[in-house]
Amino acid sequence: MVNLSVNIAGLRLKNPIMTASGTFGYGEEYSEFMDLNRLGAIVAKGLSAAPRQGNPTPRIVETPAGMLNAIGLQNIGVKAFIKEKLPFLKKFDIPVIANFFGDSIDEYVKAAVELSGADGVHALEMNISCPNKQAGWIVFGTDPEIMEQVVKAVRKETKLPLIVKLSPNVTDIGLMAKVAEDCGADAVSLINTITGMAVDVKSRRPVLANNTGGLSGPAVRPIAVRMVWEASKAVKIPVIGMGGITTAGDALEFLIAGARAVAVGTANFINPTAVIDIIDGIEKFLTDEGISDINEIIGSLKIRS
Amino acid sequence: MSKYFKAEITDNISLNKHFKILTLTPQSDIVVPQPGQFYMLNSNNTYDPLLKRPFSIFGCKNNTLSFLYRIRGKGTSCLSNLRGGDIIEVIGPLGNNYPEPAGDFIAVAGGVGIASLLPLLDKRKNTGYLFYGARSKDESVMLSEAGALSKETFVATDDGSEGRKGLITELLKGFLNNLKSEISNFTLPIYACGPNPMLKELSKIARERRIKCYVSLEEHMACGVGACLGCVVKTVSGYRRVCKEGSVFDSEEIVW
Repeated sequence: MVNLSVNIAGLRLKNPIMTASGTFGYGEEYSEFMDLNRLGAIVAKGLSAAPRQGNPTPRIVETPAGMLNAIGLQNIGVKAFIKEKLPFLKKFDIPVIANFFGDSIDEYVKAAVELSGADGVHALEMNISCPNKQAGWIVFGTDPEIMEQVVKAVRKETKLPLIVKLSPNVTDIGLMAKVAEDCGADAVSLINTITGMAVDVKSRRPVLANNTGGLSGPAVRPIAVRMVWEASKAVKIPVIGMGGITTAGDALEFLIAGARAVAVGTANFINPTAVIDIIDGIEKFLTDEGISDINEIIGSLKIRS
Repeated sequence: MSKYFKAEITDNISLNKHFKILTLTPQSDIVVPQPGQFYMLNSNNTYDPLLKRPFSIFGCKNNTLSFLYRIRGKGTSCLSNLRGGDIIEVIGPLGNNYPEPAGDFIAVAGGVGIASLLPLLDKRKNTGYLFYGARSKDESVMLSEAGALSKETFVATDDGSEGRKGLITELLKGFLNNLKSEISNFTLPIYACGPNPMLKELSKIARERRIKCYVSLEEHMACGVGACLGCVVKTVSGYRRVCKEGSVFDSEEIVW
């Protein structure tokens, strides 16, 4: 029997596998395919203080070994989440991590405060890959100073474990992880999607109605592994790794590179039991390798000199 | 009974250059599909194409599922390479289904949209008036099979190589105008699947005549189960997921 449990920001996860926000709905959508109790944690679809209707279509387009999405953060809003979706999630014995965002510091704080007051939310994950309407629509997570303001503002208002989800669209991911840590984040998660574009050559228009979208899927995985490695060297707080994880082997790459937990995203779309297959695969790997505790794997990367 | 299962390809036969029928045998107990529901299929565990594609259920007999498809892009051309004995992973049945017609009904198929409507015609044998529009004779696949299940069949093709030359919606209009004078029950509901311009025109025809019109929509999908929010359609009550609240909608709900 191997130990798969890990601790993240005061939460005990029975295994290091969670779902990536926006790829698992509010849990219900996949509950007919698996026992949600097997998950390390569930990260729900991103929430804003007020509901958002999202972008026009097309919202998604497949690309080689990946997909671009520009959903536009469509969501039912924090209040409806607490009233309509949380009671379902509370039936399960797993940590519920509420992902949230805003387009101004006030909106972030508002969402964080309301979620913090809800029974059944165990941690917050803050999506900072959104444009700031009060600062010329610069994406919060791509500017260290703007990021500092918003993370500090949220940190002040919540006692829940706070995970800051970093944007990969930066030059120095280690620096951004450090900013999050210095502002009081309990963990960082990365990577969010990489901004990309696909063009229809006949119409010469971008395929997505939003012009650009976020790239995810196996295509981004090597970038994500590298960034997780860099971030985990830069901070002492736990790093949650994600980006194209499709198999147990993929998840192990992240754990070895320094992630204390990982999230599965796009793979859910292709294989609705991907998270379960990955948990089982990791357990088998550890058993086969004679490793009794997952924590022995974490950050065990042997750098070539 | 799981909606995610492995299935063995029984056969993958060509009807002509563009159309094929894939038949598979699930390797576990499955949920029985209703007309209008769909499945997510891909050729195999490849990273390119990465995503599964949605296909309407075309047939469910003797513990096999079949899918009529047109070879159009990367996903369907990979699907066309599957051979008997191959194993694939399948998600379904998904989405809602056509509400059961109370009596006679009109089925309007545009091209490969016939795949979605044939199970309804089969379930309600000889009660459907079939209107089948296609580009040409070659493209009006399964016409005789669908016709045999229908009360009456009307066909229109763009080039006139089968049935009337022109749009199927024009044929339907003529039919409805005659029906009005001849039969008292002229409020036959319309069930339709096909290209969006056809569905849009049908919704107009239905509105003018105050008849119910159910349309099965097609959108690019990633998950098929309501999680990704990629396949939404604009409705009078905001964006709705084609995979979950649809794919069958009352045409009055859609913002065309």
